[in-house]
Formats: sequence, C-alpha cells, structure tokens
Amino acid sequence: MQTPFFRVVYSILLKDLQAELRSRELLSLMVIFALLSLLIFSFALELDRIAREESISGVLWTTVAFASIIGLNRSLTLEREQGNLDAMLIAPIHRAAIFVGKLLGNFLFALIVGALLIPTAAILYNLPLISSWLAVALLLGTFGLSGVGTLLATMTAQTRTRESLLPIVMLPFALPVVLTAVRATTGILSGQPSEDWQAWLQLLAFVDAVYFAACFVMFEFVVEA
Amino acid sequence: MAIATPLRAESITKPSSAPLIAIEGVTKTFDVLPVLRNLTLHVGRGDFLALLGANGSGKSTLLRLVAGLGQADRGTIRVGGWQLPREAARVRAQLGLVSHKLLLYENLTARENLRFFSRLYNLHGKRAEQRIETLLERVGLASRADDAVRTFSRGMAQRLSIARALLHEPAILLLDEPYTGLDQAAAAMLDALLSEAHAEGRTIVMVTHEIERAARLPTHVAILARGAIAFTCARAEIPDAAWLAARYAEVTG
Repeated sequence: MQTPFFRVVYSILLKDLQAELRSRELLSLMVIFALLSLLIFSFALELDRIAREESISGVLWTTVAFASIIGLNRSLTLEREQGNLDAMLIAPIHRAAIFVGKLLGNFLFALIVGALLIPTAAILYNLPLISSWLAVALLLGTFGLSGVGTLLATMTAQTRTRESLLPIVMLPFALPVVLTAVRATTGILSGQPSEDWQAWLQLLAFVDAVYFAACFVMFEFVVEA
Repeated sequence: MAIATPLRAESITKPSSAPLIAIEGVTKTFDVLPVLRNLTLHVGRGDFLALLGANGSGKSTLLRLVAGLGQADRGTIRVGGWQLPREAARVRAQLGLVSHKLLLYENLTARENLRFFSRLYNLHGKRAEQRIETLLERVGLASRADDAVRTFSRGMAQRLSIARALLHEPAILLLDEPYTGLDQAAAAMLDALLSEAHAEGRTIVMVTHEIERAARLPTHVAILARGAIAFTCARAEIPDAAWLAARYAEVTG
C-alpha cells in the first residue's frame, strides 16, 4: 500500500526546510546572486527614471529566473549526490508526490528571493515597487519557474554537466513564464488600467497550470528512465 | 534489542510463486557494454545470499534491478511473484536497501533522517519514534542522534544507513557492500544485526568482497563473473573460507 500522497508531499517539504534551516547553503547562494545581479544591472543601466521604469520588470524577472536556476540545480543535485532520490524511489510512494514536494520547496525559496528582491530594487532604482498585484505576479511567476525547473533539474541532475546544462535546457521552457510575467509586471508598475495587464496575469496562470499538469505526469517517466 | 518480525512478509507473495526473488535470463547493457548476460538466480524465502564478484562484474547493477531501480534489457525479475519494475509498487514497502551511496541527508540529523524516511513508509507517531529510538540504539548512534550526518565518519553514516534500511521492517534486505567503512566493532555489530534479521525470517541479498564473511554468515553464496552466475553453493558445502577463496579465484581468474 502506498503512503498517502499529501503525507509524502509534506514530508519532503519539511525535510527540505529543515535541511535549509541548518545549512542555509541554497538560500544564501540564491540571495547573494540575486542582490549582486540587481546591483550590476543598476550600475550598468544608469538610466533616467522613465527608462528605469521600463527596464525594471525585465531586470527583476531575469534575476529571479537565474536565481531560481541556481537554487534548482543545488536542490536536485543534493538529492542525487548521496543517492537520496533512489531512497525515495524505492519507498512505497507516488512519484508525483516527490515532484510536488520538491516543487513546493523550490517555489518557497524562489518566493523568498523575490520578496527580498522587490524592496531592494525599489531602493536601488528609486521606484515605487510595492504592490499587491506585483505580489500576485511574483507568486505566479516563481511557481511556473519552479514547476518546469523541478522537472528539468531532475533530468539534468543525472548528467555530468548538470551545472551548465540546466540553464540551457530550462531557459527556452521558462520563456513563456518570464515573458508573461514581465508583461504583467510592466503593466502593473507603469500604472496601466488593470484590464490591460490582467490578461497577462491570466495567461501566466494558464501557463503555470499547463506546465504543472505536464510536469506532474512526466515526472514518473523522468525518474523511472 | 530485537527487531520485530516483519508483519507483512506474507502479503507480498503471490500464492503460486516459489522463490521469493526469481531472476530469469536477465541481460543489462550500458551503452554497448554488457554488464549482465542472461543471468538466472533464485533466492528462496528466508535465504541469506552473499553475492561475490570482482569489480565491474555486475553485482551492484543486479541489486539495483532487484530494488526496482532500473529495467533489464531482456529477461524477467520477480519479487514475491510480482514482476519488476512493472509491478514494483506491490513490493516496495517490503524492500530495504543499503547502497554504495549512503541514501542519507547530510544536513539533517540522524533522527531527522530516520523520521523523514519513516514518514515515507507511512510510519508515524509513537510507533515510529519507538522504532527510531530502538534502531539508533541498535546501531550505536543513540548518543549522536541529534547531530547532523555531515559530522559523522563514514562508518557512523554507514550504520545509520543500515538503520534506515531496517526502519520499516522489510521482508527483503538488499545490501551493497554494507561493511564499507566500518571498523571491527561496527562490523561485528553489523554481523549481529544481520544474523538477527535473518533469524527473524528476513531474506537477505548481500553484495560483498569479504570472502571470510561470505563463508560464515549467509546460507548461500553465489559468485558473479563476467555478468553471469558462475558458481553457487550452500553454506553447508563450504568447509572454510580458504576453500571459497579458491573457488572465487577459479571462476573469476
């Protein structure tokens, strides 16, 4: 008999949080990268206010996407290094529960990075970035990136060139998420009427749902291959 | 402290099946390199089989296939009558695996590791906590239960890995060189642990390079050479370790 699905999801999420609380190796890498990236962008793009407003969405989402890749790489490499994924695979659990558990952990870490990034960017770029709709865009965007990233990082973690392979494999798949998130964020921050950008948020939610469903189904084939 | 008798050992077996583990004509190739060649091996319920063989002879690959962590190119593997990996879900709860790798989280403590794996096996509450305490005590790690595994020596981590494999009281134990990194005291502790587990009716398949131990502990010995079983015998047929070492040299030489 299999262990109940959500008990497994909870166990994996709890385990990832406990391990991260003790080591802080994953979040610290992601946060340091994100802050440095933001800083470099702010120096490289010494722009006037209008240009800063126009570029901030791209800067934010590029940074979140690459910070997520760093976190995903580390998170799944840790599962592979000591054979822990094998230990989970021989347990009487649904494979998709491993996917959902890992996804939630990765999503939470990406969300924390995003939540730190927005006030920092607001200070560095001197722009009003605090908005509840921006939080919604951040939730949806990081969820989409974490979903597709968890599946792809599981695949690339089995290869010798995993560190460099994940960004190459992931970025094309992350494009629909990043693109819709940038469009929605630009609309929200530039004060456009909500009907102009809400369609982008809806499209982002749709992309998330499609990616989640596809990854949920495919994960079993990826880990059993 | 004794490990409780496996409760569900019978439930994994289809009524018609004879050997608990039946490997028939299994071939496995990595890229173009054949690792297992038309290998056939039967392990009966309650047997303790030592699998000997030179490096690269396919022992670990065979163990992974029996654990359902891979698929043979040809042939069939049945555990309790269920065909792997297609019906692996039916037997997973009854398999315990100690691999080359530790299968532990280095950033978690010994207790947190065992708690995590107990949840995966649907063990929780007081029963799980008691089981964890018993095993930590049994493998001599009770005093280090709340230390992170990354602070452990290889031998300590290996002992914890063995505790993890026994956590859910599996009917079948698959051990890939479990003595790696153990000092004499820890190796003796593992000897006792395995003898106890076997006496309780568990079926054990142990990959090892230790001929002296293979001549002493298990009920059966098989030697793997060039991807196939080249020699098998029961312990009763082994006069001493030197005799087994001579057979090993013959078939692997």
